[in-house]
Amino acid sequence: MSSRRSRSRQSGGSRISDDQINDLVSKLQQLLAELRHRRSDKASAARVLQETCNYIRSLHKEVDDLSERLSELLETTDVSSAQAAVIRSLLTQ
Amino acid sequence: MESPAVPNTVVISERARDCRKKRSKNKSQSRSQNVEFSHNFSWKSDKTQQIYSSRLLQALRQVQLNPSSSSAPQRGRAVREAADRALAVAAKGKTRWSRAILTNRLKLKFMKRSKRQRVRVSAGVSRSEKRRVGILRLKKGKNLPAVQRKARVLGRLVPGCRKEPLPVILDEATDYISALEMQIRAMTAVTELLSRASSSGTRSSGTGTATAPRADQLGSADHPPPMMYMSLVG
Repeated sequence: MSSRRSRSRQSGGSRISDDQINDLVSKLQQLLAELRHRRSDKASAARVLQETCNYIRSLHKEVDDLSERLSELLETTDVSSAQAAVIRSLLTQ
Repeated sequence: MESPAVPNTVVISERARDCRKKRSKNKSQSRSQNVEFSHNFSWKSDKTQQIYSSRLLQALRQVQLNPSSSSAPQRGRAVREAADRALAVAAKGKTRWSRAILTNRLKLKFMKRSKRQRVRVSAGVSRSEKRRVGILRLKKGKNLPAVQRKARVLGRLVPGCRKEPLPVILDEATDYISALEMQIRAMTAVTELLSRASSSGTRSSGTGTATAPRADQLGSADHPPPMMYMSLVG
């Protein structure tokens, strides 16, 4: 796993290659390219990082909005019945 | 003062990881088996989303039962924290951001929030120097302030990656983005489920077929709608 790879790097000195970084940047680009519908081999590392930051910020905002809506819903709904439905669908899988 | 519960969480997650490693090694004696085991779990799968939804509903129920705060933004934040905690648990402790989320919750319980921020600020100033040197070395000694700056911003956005080098941040960010997308899908489905439950609960229980909330929308859509659900709500 790549997390194990980076942990070994920390113990043994700077063995990171640019290839590794480019690999990870391109993986990130894959996630973002779906969002932007553009050819994904033209973006520089800085652009990818910028888009990633923007995307994560927008995801956070969306989660915050959903949490607000959920908290309003919680006042008026009983959660147990919804829970029962979800668990039932889990068990029938 | 650090509580003993904090290292316990880290120990427990590490022990769980070791148990998983041992189990998978016993299965096949090869490293590839370990990789396969982790690939069985995906943020995109319906099963993961359903498991997360049920955990989320459980946490929401606890938030509902313990109204420690009466103001709306505080309640929203409580829901957000419960959702993040459930997300971190769903990650099974394999990533830094999930462990950081879970550890931070425990730290908040035992330390005052202001003290924690003060500690973090002072530690951040001394660490930024070291981190700058680390990222410089990664870029073959050339100082690229744009990438370096953005990498630091990204490290701040992903929980638990403030002082990590660039490849770690990139790795964590890819997993974190997939997890966040799953969280949004699941929370949207749960919101729909709860809003339908509340609207059909207030209506009189006449015809049971029209407004049955479909819990199977939370995951795959191959199952017949749970008809018994209406009898619970109505």
